[in-house]
Amino acid sequence: MTRSVSSGPSRTLPQYGALAAVLLANWLLFPDFFSIRLQDGRLFGSLIDVLNRGAPVALLAIGMTMVIATRGVDLSVGAVMAISGAVAATLTQAGWGLTPVLAASLGAGLLCGLWNGLLVAVLRIQPIIATLILMVAGRGIAQLVTEGQIVTFTSPDLAFIGSGSFLTVPMPVVITAVLLGVTALLVRMTALGLMIEAVGVNRLSSAGAGVNTPVVLIAVYVWCGLCAAVAGLVVAADIRGADANNAGLWLELDAILAVVVGGTSLLGGRFGLLLSVVGALILQAMNTGILLSGFKPEFNLIVKAGVLMIVLLLQSPTLTLFLPRPARPRPVQPPAPSRAKPESPSPSAGA
Amino acid sequence: MTDPTPTASPPLLAIRGLSKAFLGVQALDGVDFTVRHGEIHALLGENGAGKSTLIKTLTGVYQRDAGTVTLEGRAIAPRGVEEAQRLHIGTVYQEVNLLPNLSVAENLFLGRQPMRFGFVDRGAMRRRARAVLLPYGLSLDVTAPLGRFSVATQQIVAIARAVDMSAKVLILDEPTASLDAQEVTVLFKVMRTLRSRGIGIVFVTHFLDQVYALCDRITVLRNGRLVGERRTAELPRIDLVAMMLGRELEAAAHRIAPTMDDAEEDARPPLVRFRGYGKARSVEPFDLDIRPGEVVGLAGLLGSGRTETARLVFGMDRADRGEAAVDGQAVRLRGPRDAIRLGFGFCPEDRKKEGIVGALSVRENIILALQARQGWLRPIPRRRQEEIADRFIRLLDIRTPHAEQPIQLLSGGNQQKALLARWLATEPRLLILDEPTRGIDVGAHAEIIRLIERLCADGMALLVVSSELEEIVAYSRRVVVLRDRRHVAELRGGEVAVDRIVAAIASEPAVAGEPRP
Amino acid sequence: MIHRFLPLLVTSAVLVVGFLLCAAQFPAFASLRVVGNLLTDNAFLGITAVGMTFVILSGGIDLSVGAVIGFTTVLLAVLIEQGGWHPFSAFAVALAVAGGFGAAMGAVIHVFQMPPFIVTLAGMFVARGLGFVLSTDSIPINHPLYAEMGDMALRFDGGGKLTLPALLMLGVVAAAVVCAHWTRFGANLYALGGNRQSAELMGVPVGRTTVAVYALSGLLAGLAGIVFSLYTGAGYSLAATGVELDTITAVVIGGTQLTGGYGYVIGTFIGVLIQGLIQTYITFDGSLSSWWTKIAIGVLLFVFILLQKGLLAVWTGRGGAPAEA
Repeated sequence: MTRSVSSGPSRTLPQYGALAAVLLANWLLFPDFFSIRLQDGRLFGSLIDVLNRGAPVALLAIGMTMVIATRGVDLSVGAVMAISGAVAATLTQAGWGLTPVLAASLGAGLLCGLWNGLLVAVLRIQPIIATLILMVAGRGIAQLVTEGQIVTFTSPDLAFIGSGSFLTVPMPVVITAVLLGVTALLVRMTALGLMIEAVGVNRLSSAGAGVNTPVVLIAVYVWCGLCAAVAGLVVAADIRGADANNAGLWLELDAILAVVVGGTSLLGGRFGLLLSVVGALILQAMNTGILLSGFKPEFNLIVKAGVLMIVLLLQSPTLTLFLPRPARPRPVQPPAPSRAKPESPSPSAGA
Repeated sequence: MTDPTPTASPPLLAIRGLSKAFLGVQALDGVDFTVRHGEIHALLGENGAGKSTLIKTLTGVYQRDAGTVTLEGRAIAPRGVEEAQRLHIGTVYQEVNLLPNLSVAENLFLGRQPMRFGFVDRGAMRRRARAVLLPYGLSLDVTAPLGRFSVATQQIVAIARAVDMSAKVLILDEPTASLDAQEVTVLFKVMRTLRSRGIGIVFVTHFLDQVYALCDRITVLRNGRLVGERRTAELPRIDLVAMMLGRELEAAAHRIAPTMDDAEEDARPPLVRFRGYGKARSVEPFDLDIRPGEVVGLAGLLGSGRTETARLVFGMDRADRGEAAVDGQAVRLRGPRDAIRLGFGFCPEDRKKEGIVGALSVRENIILALQARQGWLRPIPRRRQEEIADRFIRLLDIRTPHAEQPIQLLSGGNQQKALLARWLATEPRLLILDEPTRGIDVGAHAEIIRLIERLCADGMALLVVSSELEEIVAYSRRVVVLRDRRHVAELRGGEVAVDRIVAAIASEPAVAGEPRP
Repeated sequence: MIHRFLPLLVTSAVLVVGFLLCAAQFPAFASLRVVGNLLTDNAFLGITAVGMTFVILSGGIDLSVGAVIGFTTVLLAVLIEQGGWHPFSAFAVALAVAGGFGAAMGAVIHVFQMPPFIVTLAGMFVARGLGFVLSTDSIPINHPLYAEMGDMALRFDGGGKLTLPALLMLGVVAAAVVCAHWTRFGANLYALGGNRQSAELMGVPVGRTTVAVYALSGLLAGLAGIVFSLYTGAGYSLAATGVELDTITAVVIGGTQLTGGYGYVIGTFIGVLIQGLIQTYITFDGSLSSWWTKIAIGVLLFVFILLQKGLLAVWTGRGGAPAEA
């Protein structure tokens, strides 16, 4: 189905609008929502809390966005988080320094991503199925690493990643911003972003134009694995331990949801990294709002389901038949030069 | 119903004045079509002739705008494939047909399984399946998944299902397109058997040899209109081709002016050279040379192997025999990336599926091949991209509000020009164009032809597939003529003329080729 | 013949060889008691997996089953303990709600042409959320009938017994085999999974079948919820977390193609038993840790997916068995 792909503000407005609306609602329910105070060199406040708690899903969403842009999905990110957290906690407890711990932990994520990428690109297994394998086995691997224990550590170096702050901003927020920036540079300063979108829109045409589709696919899964590893590190550092059973549990679904809310279609193509992060923040802000307003936290699941259905319905091919679409030249009519006024001349959306 | 004598009783199926338009385009315009009891009737025509619209209107996929359809004198208007089946019109398509994962018996009886005590009687189903297939000379394990059998067998099972569901009219839409000679023979035997049982068969095909081997009558459509109905025995091949292509042979256009002496030209070393190149079930092994600064045309009817040849040359399909060389060096074409590295470019016939990247902008579509060749690490700077895009938008007069317009919003002609721009941006040495002017308005059509001539003059080698013979004649120095997946003739220099091409297409097969009953 | 049943044969061989290996190591393994427990412990999984098999055969997927099980247990607990309902009325309501929930998802999938993966994901959120809204605590069910039903079993010599849950599962599996192969609905399911478009051309009622298969999956998840509450004697909204994953795994190990169209209910049953066997082995061993279950199952998944991919390539390859007589 042809989707409206107009870029620029008209496309990004709903996400920012939704975020603003949710924040505003929070503020109405909880007038102190926007108050931020500085304490011990670190910022505190509900808004900071939203950013901080939203960081793991936002990190996952960054990698997931690119996977989804290629028309795929990665179900294993939660399990990969558990693995990277387990590796980091176990090695730290064993007395390793911060640098080798980070290298090992991120390396584990890269390997997981490579595995997924090879299954999808080379063995041509459907992404849902290919990543299901690691989703099942990954948690077992993480438990193998921690030997089933909840491994705790005391290293302040590693803990800093989760609970420290940089220039008063909590580290998870800083790390998310940095990873977002690096990823955006990587895809937009090289031709990778174009190739990802091209493969997602039409794999056949892209291959015909000479795009090395297997390499592009492997690259996005590897990067997704890396993002998951970073998220796993942040969570493990925050709680100063690794719980292989529960770390990142069901977060793959939240990440997919954040990407979908951010406006990247599950049918692949155009993607917006920043928008996916905004999507993650919308979800977190709703969560916080529900908590603040005294509803049971469990209520959040229903709200999430509602949001998901609304976003999906808006993308549904059946429903778009009834919605106005940009005028399109009929292939057989003589071409009229001016049609379908540009909504905005700005190029691809997002970061 | 098995009475084969015509005139007295009403014909089996009579279509009168059938019209159907899509968005103002007249796909069928007052077409008459008659099928009699116990005949095999070929329905022929090139692309856009209206064959598939006719069939889909007949089977209820489309609703007609005007006209009548009568079956044995009774007016009918099916509103879906199922209803058409109930009205005794069965259809068997080339692909997407039955279900390969179900057993043969289940395919035959899906939706009408024999039941006992409210449950499917599998034993009865097996027995009936064997009985149904027996007249077709098929004795096979009816419990095996259909996908395990050859395409020919699957076709016959599909036919058996349609006939068993009491079809009186059987429409076979290109049933032989993916069969080999042996399988075609078997299928033809089945068709003759059905004919003798009084069933009227509508046979859509692109293989003229098969038409002459099998069919009693021929109806030709062109551009949505009826050209005529003839008895096969009374219609010489050359006249049939003329009917299909819509040309008076006397008025055939001749080549404008050969640029160079042929002998001198042929002595130049070719840019690419193929020897014994081919692929099973796609195109027979062929030899082909293309020199810089020449256009080689590929002519033939639809399904003759033109497109297959073009795809093999670009590596879109991988050849399973023969050798290829560029500049005298042996090369392997394992995929488009190999071909692009050698300086080839390819505009495919199916623009939407294999050409454009619909949701991306015109700019991105234009620079895609160039960028892919450079690799992702060396991005073309945005400004340079815009320069390239704007240059080609101006050069080729691509009608788009701006370079950022998603390409799927452009008209067909402009999409085609953008695809040409994609390859021109890579400065190719060999450009392969499959139906570059298909579905394009008149203005863009002329521009593309002028462009082909200009590129050739600049020293590029071109391989062009087209069903427009005048067009091919106008720009080609040599024309390879294909028939039934085989390169049957190569015309050069002064020989390049529409009537010569038509004669080559219509020529009898040298060895009384397929199919011999 | 061999080709068609190869995945099934491999799965069965894995189960038999696995069981023999276990029995060789622990002689106590080869007892009716262990077999009986294997069936009882995995009854709710087996029942759910049957519904999942149907959904996957039709070319879909249902991620909501675990959540529906959890929701059903809470609903039962609330109705019986807090509402004072008779368990049988509560069962009827629970089954109706679960089936209706599945049917609604099927309708959304069909009408809006949305991917089943994402629709049932939303369904999972809704079911879990509703469960939480009913109660976040684990509610014990103390109705006397529950204890009675828990004791119900066919007893054999040597301490072996088939409990009510196990019997229910065996009954569901048997009914499902009949449904898959001896009803038009079953044939339509396979047709839908083989090729939606062709199925439609051949007269399969696509919409009705889609809604029905998700309704059936929901209904069976509801039944699994009842079994689960019998088994645990409580209702808890977090119950059966991740069961969707276990069932999908069982379906794949059982030889069903995740892309639909090929597979057998009985294979899924064996897949469930293999998972149970691995768990039982690890319990018996005592020194092995539980995570080896997940890793072993992951490896099995990989092997079976590769096996299926290879087989599918052979099946759909041209020029298969020569057919002309």
